[in-house]
Amino acid sequence: MPDVARGPGAVSAEASALAGAARLRRRGGPVSWRWLLRPLSVLSLLAGWEWYGRHTSRLLFTYPTAIAQAGIGLAEHGELTRPLAQSMSVLAWGLGLSIVVGVAIGLAMGRSRIVDGLLDVPLSALYATPLVALVPVIVLWVGFGPTAKVVVVFMFAVFAVLFSTARGVREVDSQLIEVARSYLATEVGLWRDVVLPSALPYIVTGVRLAVGRALIGVIIAEFYTSIAGLGYLIVTYANTFQLAKVFVPVVILMALGIGLTAALQLLERWLAPWRREEEHGT
Amino acid sequence: MPAKIVVERVSHSFDRGPVLDSVSFAVASHELLCVVGPSGCGKTTLLRVMAGLLVPEAGAVFIDGDQVAGPSRRTAMVFQHFGLFPWKTVRGNIAYGLTNRGRREPHRVESLIRTIGLQDAADRYPRQLSGGMQQRVGLARALVVEPEVLLMDEPFGSLDAITREQLQDELLRIWERNNDISGVFVTHDIDEAMILGDRVVVLLPSPGRVSQIIDIPFDRPRSAGGVRAHPGYPELRYSLWAALRTEREAAAYA
Repeated sequence: MPDVARGPGAVSAEASALAGAARLRRRGGPVSWRWLLRPLSVLSLLAGWEWYGRHTSRLLFTYPTAIAQAGIGLAEHGELTRPLAQSMSVLAWGLGLSIVVGVAIGLAMGRSRIVDGLLDVPLSALYATPLVALVPVIVLWVGFGPTAKVVVVFMFAVFAVLFSTARGVREVDSQLIEVARSYLATEVGLWRDVVLPSALPYIVTGVRLAVGRALIGVIIAEFYTSIAGLGYLIVTYANTFQLAKVFVPVVILMALGIGLTAALQLLERWLAPWRREEEHGT
Repeated sequence: MPAKIVVERVSHSFDRGPVLDSVSFAVASHELLCVVGPSGCGKTTLLRVMAGLLVPEAGAVFIDGDQVAGPSRRTAMVFQHFGLFPWKTVRGNIAYGLTNRGRREPHRVESLIRTIGLQDAADRYPRQLSGGMQQRVGLARALVVEPEVLLMDEPFGSLDAITREQLQDELLRIWERNNDISGVFVTHDIDEAMILGDRVVVLLPSPGRVSQIIDIPFDRPRSAGGVRAHPGYPELRYSLWAALRTEREAAAYA
């Protein structure tokens, strides 16, 4: 995030030193009103949307307060409970499976050149494929039920975890491996004390990417297979021009994405305290 | 005095050519032997062979008459890059070698933490420490396992001059209090070799081979400042310099 605006190619030591100085200056000093910028941008976006929405077609457009009202109404009638539970179940199974399988295969690929040589090309090709194209095939194979949805979410999410994990294992500092060997580490000890802690941040990054892709997978699966869950709500309300209600599941999905990402950040701070300390180290 | 370590005609080469050519020397019990030479003379390779991390193409290393065939319980190593685990605290890093040897001796860990003066930083992570502090931890991690042989690969090479001299004095203090340990200290700094070593093996580069083995006659206990101020220091330093010259350079000077 930092300094994107200062130019994408700012890689020279000089440039990054300048950027560092600018950041330092930005932190202190009398410019502490800057924290206002974020809520201000959100509020003005919402206000603009509200104003525009109230002045255009109610049939094809909606606005924030209408969405909020619709959301409260849907919640009171309990219309959200079941679809939300359906989607969450698909998300949990698909994401959970992709984390377990992705980490396992990623660790194997990162540590063994043979496994890497065997799997890299086919898996990279799948990762690069727009997986939506495979959804009809999955339906043919697995049917329309919840299993098909879990498979779709899995396909969307697993590669992010897998490749990030493999990269993390590959980038383990070879000097530290030699240190461990010189101190008589066993293979198990090598994994526990060197490889896993070193790969952990990469695994968490992979899972964070996977969360976003899994959410996409959930909705696509609900559109293309038997209609249920939040995807069902979106399709039904859109087909009947209840635009305010369409946006309720959309907002829920957005909140889910933000919430899960934040939860992962907390999890990483808890799992990898040494990285948190880096920021205010010497 | 019987030799603790014997390096016998060790030769090794990498893809880019030979790095060690028939290197031989011996280290006596409780001797601190310094190996000095310019970069490219195979100092680190030699130490890795002694640590059992690298099997040489020819020759062998013996500790107490047993051939080194892999990392050994008898040795512990200190690295130029410190080699601390970023995810372990000072205490965890120091305890690492003990844990791997199936030992749990928290009192030894705590006493070494006191020896290196890091009581207040025992729960910190390496990144939060200065280079000097990190290498104190590296040294403590090696000493805690009570090695018979301590191998040090330019341990102070990446520290600033002031910190380096402090650590030299600390190493001397620890060394002169501890009678059960023999050591090899690799460095490219001839002053450091003279301050610390009982003898200095001078290596010539490409491929690495022994030029001379020079006695350092200064009495112990020593200090870095004391050695530098010794009347015999300049002459000894000159003879080390002379030994570092390759044959070709020597011919050019003559």
